[in-house]
Amino acid sequence: METGFEQGMSFAHRLDPRARLLVAAAFSVVVALANRFQALLPAAVGAVMLVILAGLPTGAVTRRLLVVNGLVALLWLFLPFTVRGPSWFHLGPLSVTLEGALYATRITLKSNAIVLVLIVLVSTMPVYTLGRAMRTLWVPRKIVQLFSFTYRYVHVILREYQRLITAARVRGFRPRTNLHTYRTYALLLGMLLVKSYERAERVRAAMLCRGFQGRFHDLTDFEFRAWDAAVAGFLGLGIVALALLEWLP
Amino acid sequence: MTLILLEGISFSYPDGREVLKDLDFRLEEGERIGLIGPNGSGKTTLFHVIMGLLTPDSGRIEILRRERRVEKDFRDVRQKIGLLFQDADDQLFSPTVLDDVAFGPLNQGKRTDEARAIACETLRSLGLEGFEGRVTHKLSGGEKKLVALATVLAMKPDALLLDEPTTGLDTETTDRIIEVLAGIDIGYVFISHNMDFLARTTHRIHGMENGRVLIEEERIVHTHVHAHDHGRLVHSHRDAEARATRSDND
Repeated sequence: METGFEQGMSFAHRLDPRARLLVAAAFSVVVALANRFQALLPAAVGAVMLVILAGLPTGAVTRRLLVVNGLVALLWLFLPFTVRGPSWFHLGPLSVTLEGALYATRITLKSNAIVLVLIVLVSTMPVYTLGRAMRTLWVPRKIVQLFSFTYRYVHVILREYQRLITAARVRGFRPRTNLHTYRTYALLLGMLLVKSYERAERVRAAMLCRGFQGRFHDLTDFEFRAWDAAVAGFLGLGIVALALLEWLP
Repeated sequence: MTLILLEGISFSYPDGREVLKDLDFRLEEGERIGLIGPNGSGKTTLFHVIMGLLTPDSGRIEILRRERRVEKDFRDVRQKIGLLFQDADDQLFSPTVLDDVAFGPLNQGKRTDEARAIACETLRSLGLEGFEGRVTHKLSGGEKKLVALATVLAMKPDALLLDEPTTGLDTETTDRIIEVLAGIDIGYVFISHNMDFLARTTHRIHGMENGRVLIEEERIVHTHVHAHDHGRLVHSHRDAEARATRSDND
């Protein structure tokens, strides 16, 4: 489940996790709402520069972008043809509109910019640090709890799934398109749900036995130094600049 | 002081299975008792009743000289008696080892720096220095068991209940656990199928059968005969010697 980006000593890795979350959130909101190319192009370029500055492995980043752009490519198949406007050029019997092409381009720029910034600022921290940062940023306690526990136990559930599917395979199970296969998978899924529920009960019992009474306490403290303020401030100014480019007439 | 006193405890699971039948049990301070019995004889259920995780259908529970009946009574029990679960994965739910070991002390009301110090000290006493930052779900089975033990010991309990502590562990880890347990001064109850382990760590071993703890038992002198390669070479079996000297002294 690790992204592989957590190791590193770049500015992104060293910046206070709370600042990273806030900057990433602000950037995402501004870029998602923006429509002018004079704001979107600098945003996309800025995002790419951040990735380069952070020294992240290009192969891994590209693979993630491929996933996002796969969806965007689907949109390119429809938008240029369906958005209303004067015809720009014809592709066989279909007509492509300028508005459609521009709309698709905007979406491409937005999604790539946001995903890149999220990779640089959020994927570069270990999941538990992300959970802690969220808690200090007023995300409801219960949601953070769900998040952390899901991460903690998804590995366990994955292992249980592998054990069950192996048990099926060693008894000759081969997935095909027939009722037996569907039934087997359904039973497997049901078994996982039951096991997960029972494990949740046991973990709750373990927590009670260590005195848990509803409140989570935290050992580590975050440090917000002058350097963090400077970097966060700089990034913040960049976002303000983008907002001005978008909304200043 | 009697740490744990159970009288006439009966418990049936919702599906109707009667697991504990009019059971009596007692643990005095500093006593070390082993519980042995077939699977399904109610050993784990007994532990869960002591910790207040299950409510018995009838009977009386007195822990640390106070009667315990409702959930509120058991809160204090859980801070003073440590229960080590069979599956370490159920017990390690915090991100890092240090977080998990400090969980207990933090719930006991200790300050952050105090809890951290206690956690580090407990890890050190188990030979787990350097494990503080490790992620719990990535540890090996033996390491998980040791860390789980640390999480319970960090609360400085008055008594320990260990549910099959050595299952699935290699000899080295088992020896480490035995060493640690020998060094602490509190009463404990173990469930185990490992006679050697029980012989080395407990004063008395009780069987559990038909939902009751068998208190009076016959001691029958008997020999363990076994065979393995190179039997003619001079060698010794540490466990067998330890047991032999004990039955000599009894």
